[in-house]
Amino acid sequence: MWRQIVQEAPSFFSYYNIVFVLQAALTTVALSAIGCILGVAFGGLLTLLRLTRGRLIAPLRWVGILYTELFRRIPFLVTLMLVFFAIQLSGLDLPLFVVAAVSVTLIASAFLAEIVRAGLESVHRNQWDAAAAMNFGLLDTVRHVVLPQAWRIILPPAFGFFVLFIKDTALASQIGVIELTFAGKVLNNKGFSAVLVFGTILVVYFLVSWPLARLGASLETRLAPSRHRRP
Amino acid sequence: MLDYTFQYGQIWPHLPRLISGAVLSLELAVLSFCGGLVLGTAGAALVTFGGTWTRRAVQAYVTFFTNTPQLVQIYFLYFALPDMGIVLSSFAAVLLGMTLNAGAYLTEIQRAGFESRRQSEMEAAEVLGFSRWQQIRFVILPHVARVLFPPLSNQFILMTLGTSMAAVFGVEELTGQALNINATTFRSLEIFSVTALFYVAVTLVASALLGLIGSTVFRARMRWL
Repeated sequence: MWRQIVQEAPSFFSYYNIVFVLQAALTTVALSAIGCILGVAFGGLLTLLRLTRGRLIAPLRWVGILYTELFRRIPFLVTLMLVFFAIQLSGLDLPLFVVAAVSVTLIASAFLAEIVRAGLESVHRNQWDAAAAMNFGLLDTVRHVVLPQAWRIILPPAFGFFVLFIKDTALASQIGVIELTFAGKVLNNKGFSAVLVFGTILVVYFLVSWPLARLGASLETRLAPSRHRRP
Repeated sequence: MLDYTFQYGQIWPHLPRLISGAVLSLELAVLSFCGGLVLGTAGAALVTFGGTWTRRAVQAYVTFFTNTPQLVQIYFLYFALPDMGIVLSSFAAVLLGMTLNAGAYLTEIQRAGFESRRQSEMEAAEVLGFSRWQQIRFVILPHVARVLFPPLSNQFILMTLGTSMAAVFGVEELTGQALNINATTFRSLEIFSVTALFYVAVTLVASALLGLIGSTVFRARMRWL
């Protein structure tokens, strides 16, 4: 086996293969990043919806809660298949990357809504009451009072979720998005040994994910204690 | 826009297959969780009490497995191990991959629990002449179980969802059955929406059961559902 790997290595690490794998790695990161950025936006909206008290939008509120509860209990692969076939049947001719990005966004919105909600709830009740006493509406309260205090608590787990999803997007290879895992399958089908190909893919994933995970951990330690620092 | 008539009628006859798939999914989740729990407990014990090199070895294992996708890990086991002369069935490869992956995450979770042990209790155990193994078994684990039960049950739910990737390797669990039924009936949206609801139902029941166990047996503070 080792002789085969040594034999294949020069042709495997050719310029084109390296560029191919790096581009695929970029797609993987982009997929997760786009999904999570949109997820923060939609997740934030879902959280705001959940905080409203109006009776008229109560049905909307229930839909929002149902959405967050449901989509945290559906596997990514199943969501991917649902979105894939729904877009196919609707006749829209969208690239596969968009299909995968929509799926990531759907799942990320539900999970990030919970993260945002936990962050907003961590701000002391008195702050909300004080804002209400000053006649701030919900939007103003969140924007000017709560969010400036809560973002430190929201950011680390949200970033952690982004890093987590870099790994979960490996499943997007099943619908044919040319990301890192798919690149591995292509190279394996070209006849390179599986040990070499998937070993390399594992290492590339590690090199992408590990520094980001370290960054997330340092974000957590850097942001957390400063909450108690005096102004 | 969506010019499509839903025909759920066509997939009702296949419902028993989905149910057997759900049972296999749960089996896979329970087996890999138990295996992962053994690995994780051993890993956490080694990190807490082991020497420098054992600690580094365990940390390397945890860092590598938590920073690479489970899917590619199983790909490696399934396609690369035969090159080394080890041929695994798809079920065995998935189970092994999920167990190794779970072991890494559960080591990480349990390490935090091990660190929360009280020094005075450990000293009391030492005075009573407990061996290291007895300290872990009779002092640390009973206490740690209470703190760790909620994050562990959360991890179990995530792993139940993770079993869906076994379908990629042809294991006929819930998603695998859905793919099969989709291939024969072509009612894609119907079958996958029903499958999604199956997952919701399975994880809801699992959460409720775990919540019940957690609050009665371990007196852990559980977040229901």
